[in-house]
Amino acid sequence: MDNRFDVELIAVSKRYGTTLAVDEISLRIPSASYCCLLGPSGCGKTTTLRMIAGHEAISSGDILIRGQNVSELAPVQRGTAMMFQSYALFPHLSCLDNVAFSLKMRGVGKTERHAKAREFLGLVQMADFAHRLPAQLSGGQQQRVALARALIMQPRVLLLDEPLSALDPFLRIKVREELKRLQRELAITFIHVTHSQDEAMAMADMMVVMQDGHIRQAGSPRAVFERPNSPFIARFIGSHNVLSGPDGMIAVRADRCRLGVPGDGPFVSGRITAVEYQGAMVRVAMATDPGPEAAALVPDHAFFAEPVAPGDSATLVWAERDAHRMPEV
Amino acid sequence: MSTTASMGSLKVPTAGQRFSLPRLRLPLWAISWLQVGPIAFILTVLFAAPTLLFLVVSFFDYDRTGIYPAFILDNYKDLICSPSTLRVYISSLKFAIIVWGITLFLGLSVAHFLVFHIRNGMVRTVLFLACAIPFWTSGIIRTIAWIPFLGRNGAFNQMLMGMGVTSKPLDFLLFSDFAVIVTYVHLFTLLMIGPIANSLSKIDRALIEAAIDAGASRLQIMVNVIIPLSKTGIALGSLLVFTQVMGDYFVVKSMSGGQSASVVSMLSTEITAMQYPPASANAMVLVVFVAIMVAFMMRVVDVRKELVK
Repeated sequence: MDNRFDVELIAVSKRYGTTLAVDEISLRIPSASYCCLLGPSGCGKTTTLRMIAGHEAISSGDILIRGQNVSELAPVQRGTAMMFQSYALFPHLSCLDNVAFSLKMRGVGKTERHAKAREFLGLVQMADFAHRLPAQLSGGQQQRVALARALIMQPRVLLLDEPLSALDPFLRIKVREELKRLQRELAITFIHVTHSQDEAMAMADMMVVMQDGHIRQAGSPRAVFERPNSPFIARFIGSHNVLSGPDGMIAVRADRCRLGVPGDGPFVSGRITAVEYQGAMVRVAMATDPGPEAAALVPDHAFFAEPVAPGDSATLVWAERDAHRMPEV
Repeated sequence: MSTTASMGSLKVPTAGQRFSLPRLRLPLWAISWLQVGPIAFILTVLFAAPTLLFLVVSFFDYDRTGIYPAFILDNYKDLICSPSTLRVYISSLKFAIIVWGITLFLGLSVAHFLVFHIRNGMVRTVLFLACAIPFWTSGIIRTIAWIPFLGRNGAFNQMLMGMGVTSKPLDFLLFSDFAVIVTYVHLFTLLMIGPIANSLSKIDRALIEAAIDAGASRLQIMVNVIIPLSKTGIALGSLLVFTQVMGDYFVVKSMSGGQSASVVSMLSTEITAMQYPPASANAMVLVVFVAIMVAFMMRVVDVRKELVK
């Protein structure tokens, strides 16, 4: 049995009538890794997660968890636990009973399951709220309870459906640190669905970018960011300029571009459309003469040494070695 | 300066100013009274006043020729000491509990099917209408319609004999407690389906998935998630069915063949005999009895709190 991978998808498809939501995707997620499924809405990422969870039947293909084919198994037999987007806490049960729910279903006695539930509420720093109802908690607190409810099942794979989308931006950054820490400490695989590339880049060991039911690129965030394999990826993960080079499409990171004068190296000319001050960097957006939008992320000191304003003509220059060629898609 | 300002405002009247009628400004207390006024009027005239009238009449004296204003407790004394009173109350309560149990089971099943198993909204609407449309006809007609079906030579007995299940017609089908219960169930199941379906449709589907994810079986989901979350609908439906059965007289009269009595049929006998004071006393006792039962149900589920939520 091959234990290097926690989850393997083999040519998995999902059809709804005639529409193909997920089209023969194959993926191997190494054990104890943080995997982010990333993509625009309607790309099939949530459907993929729900198929792994067993809440959505697969139309064809196979799903393996730790080498075992789970395609036909019920969710609870798969060793997965799911944290739902809206948390789906039972509104009529206290936090303690919510967390103890799966143990109750398994027939564990009241004292034992409450003791265990208290332990897991402690793990997410919610022990003091054991007797509150979900409606009496804030969004962040509800999320912790939902997390404890999933973890008490001691899953081999934890599935998180847009776990941070309901939180405010400050809390989001705090929670993503905590999720990452929990994943490291528990040493199990987390599969996290998100549409935010920031979130995926910050958290993932493995980032899987999906579009139209296909996996377009999978790899470490750094590999994807430095070598996007298509204009779609380059545009989707952001901070890239997608331009046509002498032999095909190229991607150049915005922070490797600067404003200058045409010289020996590659360049593109245009007119500045916006200047955004971002603190350490200043983002200068321009409409290039060949057509596409482009932007340079300029360090603040460099920008204020030679400031420009919207409407000015400008030339974007970069070093040849920073241009990344992509297959035409 | 001020002239310019007023000139300016004259020249540019806003749309609101141009068409607005003189505004009638009511104090807040008057608005509150206007809001509660209609329902307060209806309740006073159609419920409180008649009940009060019954209360007064229930203390009156009477004989074969008329009723006489008085303050005597004899009507209540006769009612409470009569063994037939206990018998009818037990009989009505028995029907109420049996019918409540059956309609609850049916109502929950049908509502669950309609809400969770029918995915197509159009099909669901059609099925809801199929449940509701028979109720556009009168309850009396729907009661009487059972007679040719359940009778000794009725359709059901003919069918049983035709299929060879029985050799001679079954007698218990009509003019029996069985017939009364069948009719009640037919009449009142919709009163259960409506409120329960309403509660069920408010349950977030993700909760069901969360329960499945936690390993709950279908029965466990029903007991641990669906029933607790639909208890408002169950309580409302139970209330409707219970009060309907306790207040019924026609079904018992026409379907039991005179073998059973209900509280209201006893009352109606007294009215036919022009014995208004004891009938009033009887009505008062029934109102108090049903109020106590309803209060007891409200203790289990606070419907008001759940409705406001």
